[in-house]
Amino acid sequence: MAAHRPRIVGFCCERHGMDAVVLAARSGKTHDASVRLVQVPCSGRVDGLHILKALEDGADAVVVLGCLEKNCYYDTGSIEGRKRVAYVKSMLKEAGVEPERVEMFNAASTNAWAFPEMVSKMADVVKRLGPLGSGGEER
Amino acid sequence: MIIAKRKPVNEIADMVAPYKKVTVVGCRSCVAICLAGGEKEVKMLISALKVKNRKEGRKQEFDGLVVERQCEKEWIKEVEERILDSDLVLSMACSLGAQTIGDMYPEKIVFPALNTGMFGVPEEQGVWSEKCVGCGNCIIHTTGGICPIARCAKSMLNGPCGGSSNGHCEVNLDIDCAWYEIHERLKLQKRLDLIEKVNPPKDWSTAHYGGRRIYTREDAKLTQHQKKGKEAVQ
Repeated sequence: MAAHRPRIVGFCCERHGMDAVVLAARSGKTHDASVRLVQVPCSGRVDGLHILKALEDGADAVVVLGCLEKNCYYDTGSIEGRKRVAYVKSMLKEAGVEPERVEMFNAASTNAWAFPEMVSKMADVVKRLGPLGSGGEER
Repeated sequence: MIIAKRKPVNEIADMVAPYKKVTVVGCRSCVAICLAGGEKEVKMLISALKVKNRKEGRKQEFDGLVVERQCEKEWIKEVEERILDSDLVLSMACSLGAQTIGDMYPEKIVFPALNTGMFGVPEEQGVWSEKCVGCGNCIIHTTGGICPIARCAKSMLNGPCGGSSNGHCEVNLDIDCAWYEIHERLKLQKRLDLIEKVNPPKDWSTAHYGGRRIYTREDAKLTQHQKKGKEAVQ
């Protein structure tokens, strides 16, 4: 039986976050995970419901990638994103679902290492915790 | 307004676990303002329960809806079909909303997803504080507009107590001493003479201790004749 390939959904801000992803993509590095990126105007636009919906619909883990907090294009968007991620983590913990499945990451546009590191870290988390139930359909 | 807080997700999940079809009903009034049971909170709770079910391999059907005011029968009536078409109604309103649905459809099982806490006001974004306990006999005209029953930890009528320190309460130093605030407010209003006035023991018969309270306004009540006419129209 083939090993489970972690399914990760990433909400990525279109400013520093996406720039960092594009920079990393140019390096041609591959990952042992299936990553779906959702570009958002700002990590502060990511709502707790978006994160939960992704987990509900088949993701094993969700990441939010935003600008560095002190260098956010929209000033406080990354802080909003971090607060929403923290709230979802608390809800998951209450529900008995591992909160480590959801994380917030920050990057500057020049941080080519940020995206691969983020994916690798979350893939390790999913491998350690296993897939999120068997109810999620492969998409 | 009424301030409530969502119960922990695992507690709610345990409550709804035996039921296959769950209708989650939110409210657009007080609990939406205090971010406990509005449209967003209904969606997030359903999603969190689905994620939990996904992890545990459990199958349940959820329907989510929000009514304007869950404590008024007219608004509930509009979603009657969806309420009746469920094994369980999970109310995300205050206890008043949950009880209104329960009273209207006594055969339906209605569970609360929120803990109803207090009468309070939004102080700033994300912060709500208690300012009234609904004692049924308001005295804030004598206390500078500040309620000592709700805002003093000891509900003192003639304060402050000996525990007041630099304007803070001995019960919790993060809380302002209500009687210090009353003093400052009266001073500002040049009505400090009121602070020296001794308040007699409070008449608590108007509070909850006499049992369930029912307020009526005769001019607003419908006569039997009017009720029959209204029923005929409906």
